[in-house]
Amino acid sequence: MNIYVLLKRTFDTEEKINIQQGKIDEDGAEFIINPYDEYAVEEAINQRDQHGGEVTVVTIGEEDSEKQLRTALAMGADKAVLINTEDDLEAGDQFTTARILEAYFEGKQPDLILAGNVAIDEASGQVGPRLAERLGMPYVTTITNLEIKGESADIERDVEGDVEKVQTSLPLLVTCQQGLNEPRYPSLPGIMKAKKKPLEELELDDLDLDEDDVEPKTKTIEVFLPPEKAAGRVLEGEVNDQVKELVSLLKTEAKVL
Amino acid sequence: MDFDLTEEQQMTQKMVRDFAQSVIAPRAEEIDTSAAFPEDVFDELGKLGLMGIPFPEKYGGAGGDTITYTLAVEEIGRVCGSTGLSYAAAVSLGASPIFYFGTEQQKEKYLTPLAAGKKLGSFGLTEPDAGSDAGGTSTTAKLSGDSYIINGEKCFITNASYASTIIVTAVTGKDKKGKNIISAFIVPANTPGVTITSNYQKLGVRGSNTAAIVLEDVEIPADHLLGDPEKGFKQFLYTLDGGRISIAALSLGIAQASLDKALDYAKQRKQFGKLISSFQAIQFKLADMAMEIELARGMVRKAAWLKDHNRSFAKEAAFAKLFASETATRAANQAIQILGGYGYMQEYQVERYLRDAKLMEIGEGTSEIQRLVIARQLGC
Repeated sequence: MNIYVLLKRTFDTEEKINIQQGKIDEDGAEFIINPYDEYAVEEAINQRDQHGGEVTVVTIGEEDSEKQLRTALAMGADKAVLINTEDDLEAGDQFTTARILEAYFEGKQPDLILAGNVAIDEASGQVGPRLAERLGMPYVTTITNLEIKGESADIERDVEGDVEKVQTSLPLLVTCQQGLNEPRYPSLPGIMKAKKKPLEELELDDLDLDEDDVEPKTKTIEVFLPPEKAAGRVLEGEVNDQVKELVSLLKTEAKVL
Repeated sequence: MDFDLTEEQQMTQKMVRDFAQSVIAPRAEEIDTSAAFPEDVFDELGKLGLMGIPFPEKYGGAGGDTITYTLAVEEIGRVCGSTGLSYAAAVSLGASPIFYFGTEQQKEKYLTPLAAGKKLGSFGLTEPDAGSDAGGTSTTAKLSGDSYIINGEKCFITNASYASTIIVTAVTGKDKKGKNIISAFIVPANTPGVTITSNYQKLGVRGSNTAAIVLEDVEIPADHLLGDPEKGFKQFLYTLDGGRISIAALSLGIAQASLDKALDYAKQRKQFGKLISSFQAIQFKLADMAMEIELARGMVRKAAWLKDHNRSFAKEAAFAKLFASETATRAANQAIQILGGYGYMQEYQVERYLRDAKLMEIGEGTSEIQRLVIARQLGC
């Protein structure tokens, strides 16, 4: 099987994030493989081990993204592709990403494309479905189980805590949800081998794309941190009075009623 | 000059950190209180290839370097001193001598399972009456036909209860000046006459297995002699030089954990209406801890780098071990002080760091022996 994984390098949202001049300060940030994409890498490796074939991990990013690709190779992926837009693009959005990936997949014959359900940085969850749409293949999001038999795929997907069972056919794009698998740690031999595995670097030119072709459809107006969580308040007095006070606070202060 | 870690080194560091934080850290308190060796953790370390970092692939290792190995020791030590010590001892003392001095056959048979993480190795040097004075070894090995017969007693041996092989040092004769000739032997732990008991109640690193070994007419084939029969003493000195780098890395992990805990606490704890991290008395402690840790880290890396480049590293390994271990004790002690009453309680972990750190000043050569090693290197 020809298996591809769409991988994004993101900052670690569990570390402290600083914003400087409307941008996330990258100097102090820790960068990781988007955790949902780790499920995708793990699933790709498992499917390959079961059905044979090859796993190619693709990312769009900068030189620094090589580290996350190498980690995926260390986990067991066979090949990696870095589409480096550092010199070509000032900004990009989900359209940009989907369009570049569409160009990348031109002439390729993927049987299975796996992506994360969302990226933890911008959490749009759009790239997978948009790419599938562009490539004209079925897609299933938030999957928690995948069984492939020949050309058909039995899938379980998470729908707000319930399970939906879907049957579909290859070629197929899926986005991976927590619960699908337990991503492995890259082993030491894996890490040592990763350097020898092929990592191809492409630019927009190589995909016959101009900057204009991938110009984002959206603009980022502002980036800000969520407001600091204030200390909770404990109401006092008779229960009836507390309820009245609570309702009035919800109206006047929280403005949710 | 390049202070950056390579890509492989960074990946290994991150992988071990993730593994240590999510798998070992939640167990650290229980490993300490129950003083139970975490065998399952070592199975996992083996599967990840960590038991064989500095050994070539053809012996089941990962073909990594000493720097990579120290990064792994530091990250494990940062969450659990007991696991860190048993890990460092298994690699540096249990397996490394076979790699350094073993014949091709010995490496294949005895190093491979250790490097692949399928078995654990141990190193029996210390005796009840031969600690810092390892030359005073009284265990003997006598050649009898095609076998050596070993008799003696070893103590404070890390991992011995769980080891498949123990490298034992023993006196095989006297040289022209009448000094003992010490040789090293690979003794399979299940050889008749080998009795291993673990009855020590330790201050710290309580989950790391420590055992006493009695060798009573232990007969092993003559080809189990490890390395040059005349140079056993030199061989274990070299082995200990390497081991010191790992104890230094382990100390660094404990020191770093102490700083992490103390800094975190100081930034949350309010007294007199202010965060205690805004008080100079606390700031100065934190600044000293951070500085000493970074200095120690520099020395650990340099010693490891020298070893990786086949340069002499005995002095630097002693520098690193001496400074990092004393840094760890100071840092853990100050962390307790910063946490005050809470720091004295088990729940806050820093009291464990201090108990674990103390061993670093004793094991694989006391701080005093490190100073002697350094002085000797200075030509004294």
